[in-house]
Amino acid sequence: MTTTRTRMTTRTPTTTGDPGSAGTPATAGPRTARALRGPGGLSLRIDVRACVVVAALLAAALTAGVVLIGTGDFPIPASEVLRTLVGRGDHGQEFIVRELRLPRVLVGLLVGACLGLGGALFQSVSRNPLGSPDVLGLSQGATAGALTVIVLFSGSAGAVTLGALAGGLVTGLAIHLLAWKRGVHGYRLVLVGIGVSAVVTAVNGYIITKADFVDAARAVVWMTGSLNGRDWTQVWPLLALFAVLLPLVLANARGLRMLEMGDDLSRALGVRVERVRLLMTAAAVLLTSAATAAAGPVAFVALTAPQLARRLTLPRCLNGAGGAPMPGPNLVPSLCMGAALLVTADWASQRAFGADQLPVGVVTGVLGGIHLLWLLVTERRAGRI
Amino acid sequence: MNRLSADDVTLAYDRRVIAERLSVEIPDNSFTVIVGPNACGKSTLLRALSRMLKPTEGRVLLDGQVIQSMPAKKVARTLGLLPQSSIAPDGITVGDLVGRGRYPHQGILRQWSAEDERVVRESMERTGVDRLAGRYVDELSGGQRQRVWIAMALAQRTPLLLLDEPTTYLDIQHQIDVLDLCAELHEEQGRTLVAVLHDLNHAARYATHLVALRDGQVVAQGAPGEVVTAELVEEVFGLRCQVIEDPETGTPLVVPAARKARGGGRERAEGSAGAGAAGPVDGAGPGDRVAATEAS
Repeated sequence: MTTTRTRMTTRTPTTTGDPGSAGTPATAGPRTARALRGPGGLSLRIDVRACVVVAALLAAALTAGVVLIGTGDFPIPASEVLRTLVGRGDHGQEFIVRELRLPRVLVGLLVGACLGLGGALFQSVSRNPLGSPDVLGLSQGATAGALTVIVLFSGSAGAVTLGALAGGLVTGLAIHLLAWKRGVHGYRLVLVGIGVSAVVTAVNGYIITKADFVDAARAVVWMTGSLNGRDWTQVWPLLALFAVLLPLVLANARGLRMLEMGDDLSRALGVRVERVRLLMTAAAVLLTSAATAAAGPVAFVALTAPQLARRLTLPRCLNGAGGAPMPGPNLVPSLCMGAALLVTADWASQRAFGADQLPVGVVTGVLGGIHLLWLLVTERRAGRI
Repeated sequence: MNRLSADDVTLAYDRRVIAERLSVEIPDNSFTVIVGPNACGKSTLLRALSRMLKPTEGRVLLDGQVIQSMPAKKVARTLGLLPQSSIAPDGITVGDLVGRGRYPHQGILRQWSAEDERVVRESMERTGVDRLAGRYVDELSGGQRQRVWIAMALAQRTPLLLLDEPTTYLDIQHQIDVLDLCAELHEEQGRTLVAVLHDLNHAARYATHLVALRDGQVVAQGAPGEVVTAELVEEVFGLRCQVIEDPETGTPLVVPAARKARGGGRERAEGSAGAGAAGPVDGAGPGDRVAATEAS
């Protein structure tokens, strides 16, 4: 974050414009925003580049989905998959595609989308690229809920989902209350989250030691994050949540964008700062808790997807290496990136390791960890860390 | 009745009281400058006037309404504020930043109207940053950056504009440059400007109305020619000085007394506390509580 007014510059001051910038046309910034205007004062601001990125990512996510449906012990070519999806496949394939594999892919897409959007919201609210549910302890909180149900009550899959959801929500609330001091601020949120995460991780370790062998094995599988055996009962709640939260989040996205300028200035410009921040944090907690409840704590997607999406929507690299963050929370590209990432990782986990299917969380963990390190190295080179 | 006023307000951060029962009227169409020593509560007053800080008692009135009860965007269309240290998001361009000043005029179906575009262009031209539109804010010099922030506040198109120490961190040329711009903005369209300034001579030269604060109380207010006297400067700032006529503008010019004449100059706090005869300074007032804090 740059506190622009306190930074002194050695540049020769000019009062009415730097001669070096005379060639820049007045309205042509590197942003690729265009305004669409309609009758009755309607006007929409469209970022062309972001739209292209969103379209490409959606296409990638859906392609990966189709390929994933065709992958398995009984391989189906992509053309057959598409034909079956529109209802013109043969009976056997119809069962495999519609009942076994499609729900799994849909859960993957939705979980990825929830994590991507939730991560982008957390990073924007905390003004910190590390503000993700993995770091803030939400994943661990959801895990605690799930472990409690698995180990102490030997509950059903549905009960585990509810337990994880409750665990995530309670943790989110706890972080919010602990970080609250006349409003929630970026670094405070991240630091409190790290503290909560440490405590909850310890609790999780304790619960595991109390488990018998079968429960412990089940718990470990859940904790890795997996899409195995997901069916339509996981699709509908996620879809419903998405249908409610996405419009709400997008309707407030402009306020979130303004929050990057600091509380005072956004308030001066008429943003209801606390309301926007509370709404967005609540949405992010709900999205990531629901995603974790459905697929387990799939590592690093929420951290990585917004960063990768940002690099795609960035018009040009600032300051050389790595590129600077682009203003704006970049919500929809992050959402699509999350979906594409998770489904691709799920395909890789099924495909790349032969018959022994790897839980998707292992793949995202490895890829996400590498990406995080790369991020740190490039940011370091750019002199930001 | 003036559009903006603080009516008997008590201002505090948590339990730390900065000002008690303070009343200030901002005359319409004035260039009001608030001056006073560090920690006198001048920035706090500006924050209260711009609804950044809710008074614990009393009320701030904007157009006859309690400012806290008004819709946020409606206030933001009437009153603009440039805070002391503003954060430009990393990687934002000048045009984009100035455009964000249009937020209170926009809505979900009115995201970027032709008027927005026109006003942003005019604001950048008015402040002389139009040629920088495509540049990154991070790349600009301090003086250019301050002009960009003012352009953003102008794009808000508010009849009242509040500026918290707009000249801080600028060298003398750019301080005068920014103040000239403020004076022009005040003269055209009869815009009401309220600024907190540290430099008493700048205040005396540019203000049409001066408010002198000490310990959260108004010590004097009025036209700089009447308000700025050697007695007042000593009372407010605890500084012995001469006030002469500014050879350029005829406004008061404060010349601090030489160090020897001031007896070493280390008697400020004690010397001024007893001299509160002319002002409504309560001996057991909030001054004691704020003395050690950097409230402004």
